[in-house]
Amino acid sequence: MKFVDEFRDAQLGRVVAGQILAAADPGRHYKVMEVCGGHTHSIYKYGIDDLLPEAVELVHGPGCPVCVIPMGRVDDGIAVARQEGVIFTCFGDMLRVPGSELTLLDAKAQGADVRMVYSPLDALRLARSNPRREVVFFAIGFETTAPSTALTLKRAKAEGVLNFSCICNHVTIVPPLRALLESPDLRLDGFIGPGHVCTVVGARPFEFIPVDYARPLVISGFEPLDILHSILMILRQLQEGRCEVENQYTRVVPREGNLRALEVMAEVFELRPHFEWRGLGFISQSALKLSAAYRDFDAELRFALPGVRVADPKACQCGEVLKGVIKPWECKVFGTACTPDHAIGTCMVSPEGACAAYYNYGRFAREKEAV
Amino acid sequence: MSPESATTSREQRVLQIIETARSKAPRFRDQQVTLAHGAGGKATRTLIEGLLVPAFAPPDGGSLAALADAGTIAVDSMRLAMTTDSFVVKPLRFPGGSIGELAVNGTVNDLSVSGARPRALTVSLILEEGLAAETLKAEVEAIAQAARGAGVEVVAGDTKVVERGAADGMYICTTGIGLIDGRAQLAPDRLSAGDRILVSGPVGEHGTAIMLARNEFDLDADVESDTRPLWPAVDELLDAAGHDLHCLRDATRGGVASVLNELARASRVSVVVREADVPVSPVVHAAAELLGIDPMYVANEGKLVACVAPEASERALAALRKVPGCEDAAEIGEVRSEPPGMVLVQTGFGGRRVMDELVGDPLPRIC
Repeated sequence: MKFVDEFRDAQLGRVVAGQILAAADPGRHYKVMEVCGGHTHSIYKYGIDDLLPEAVELVHGPGCPVCVIPMGRVDDGIAVARQEGVIFTCFGDMLRVPGSELTLLDAKAQGADVRMVYSPLDALRLARSNPRREVVFFAIGFETTAPSTALTLKRAKAEGVLNFSCICNHVTIVPPLRALLESPDLRLDGFIGPGHVCTVVGARPFEFIPVDYARPLVISGFEPLDILHSILMILRQLQEGRCEVENQYTRVVPREGNLRALEVMAEVFELRPHFEWRGLGFISQSALKLSAAYRDFDAELRFALPGVRVADPKACQCGEVLKGVIKPWECKVFGTACTPDHAIGTCMVSPEGACAAYYNYGRFAREKEAV
Repeated sequence: MSPESATTSREQRVLQIIETARSKAPRFRDQQVTLAHGAGGKATRTLIEGLLVPAFAPPDGGSLAALADAGTIAVDSMRLAMTTDSFVVKPLRFPGGSIGELAVNGTVNDLSVSGARPRALTVSLILEEGLAAETLKAEVEAIAQAARGAGVEVVAGDTKVVERGAADGMYICTTGIGLIDGRAQLAPDRLSAGDRILVSGPVGEHGTAIMLARNEFDLDADVESDTRPLWPAVDELLDAAGHDLHCLRDATRGGVASVLNELARASRVSVVVREADVPVSPVVHAAAELLGIDPMYVANEGKLVACVAPEASERALAALRKVPGCEDAAEIGEVRSEPPGMVLVQTGFGGRRVMDELVGDPLPRIC
């Protein structure tokens, strides 16, 4: 495939890997966090770790939209899905996220009309073709997917599709990053920045990382060459004593972001005072809800939601995994009580979750093997 | 011991615990049936090995028989293979085929990859009240034509009709019987280190064709189901490799990845796949990329996976490529001894990863 395969070129990969080796100070151990779950997935899918020198360690960050959804929100979704006449729609990953008792997939097997969609527009289409049903879209994601939800709501309003509504779980990436950087035991040398979030918000929201916390950040694409190249750029900054936000993903990310997307988001959403993140607790001003102008489409107002806060299971260490404090396999229940088919934690559900990526792709003892 | 290597050995210990847990026979503990139980992946295996095998296996019985595509029975001096399959594909007709054609090819292929020349079929039809007679006629004709094409006779059948809403148009069950070829010595536990893994052509076409035929995505692409009888390919392989042909599998639900996982578990070996050598058509590659699906997990209806002794691999591949529909057959990997029970991938980018059993169901009612 054009414009994709070029960024998966194994030969070029070896060249960049050689440059990384040359740029790394052999006496130093580098910890680089990839913020975005999309990067985590790519790193494991392509086996990028295998191309890195031992001195460079990748730490998985909090940017997996499914992973950060707390159990109470899943319960809210299930409660709506079970109501008479409702068609409940969400992205496929969300279906297997455990609530306090069930997943949406279980609710579906018990009779709820739960459908997977690839886009909020598909949900709106369902609403148009089923005018006597209530179609609810369970919106999740960072700034990457928020504009498509916003545009869908704008269209629903313009067309007067009143049987459509949305449970908004959109979150923003900067507040959890700031929380992470505030942690006293932080030991990170740099960040691989979330390319698709930056497509929308641009580079500016991340300037505080080099300025306030003296860590370089390189906005990165999602193909394996992009990721290797970004790691090289981070190492070069460290080598040269620079510390700034750089953009590796120039073919997609404009420095100022996507102004039209930001405009639509500002019209449709407003900041919640606080929002609960799975494993991370409440973070203020870290999530979006529908603005007053769109209250007619807010499923949280249209339906009675239980809205009960459910504590994470005791055994689950998703929070530490999301913060990069522990590796997936260091969690007490990893791979035994918690597996992709019977997940306890969200990180084991989404393909972008660090635990699922490690379990599905990385679960083998590397040194034993001479593949 | 440096802190780094202490970490590594701790990681290895955790992984070892996980592998031990995974190698145990699964128990069926689910509260209800979900679509994942029909996907051909991990949940399906739990259903089969955790519920069906314990119920049906003879007291002395090996559980391996349950993993094969067909059962075998000896009648006097004859060795017969027998298998059954049901078809619930949606939509009934799709580019490249229809439910009737699938119902014949699916069953004759299960016989073929067991080393048996298909001989006879039974056909059961479960019809929904209100099904158009035209649709029924077309599928009956498709069954007849596919049976002629595969060289099997339809010798018995049954029809049932259920109320509107109790079935989706029509479902078909076929049972097949075949005569095990004298040249065949195939078993899922015959894999040994060094064996080469062949596939008979590009992977993922049937599943992609069904996915696009449902019009759930705004994607238009020119891709047809690969449904076809596999006996001609098996016949050529047996001729070319004989005893060196260790195992054959029909890579249907769950795709090539699921077949390789089953084989690695059954033989307690590891399989290493070279991603860059796996044949995938550009259309399937693009559709899978857009939908975030790995073609190795997408269903085929006319592709076999062959495990061949290394010295016979080239011969087998050349023979396979002469068969119509298998021109793009390829060697995609090989069998290793370590780590047992796992499928690993050498990625096209030069790294390594696991290729695990399928979890969940990306695409229900594929066949």
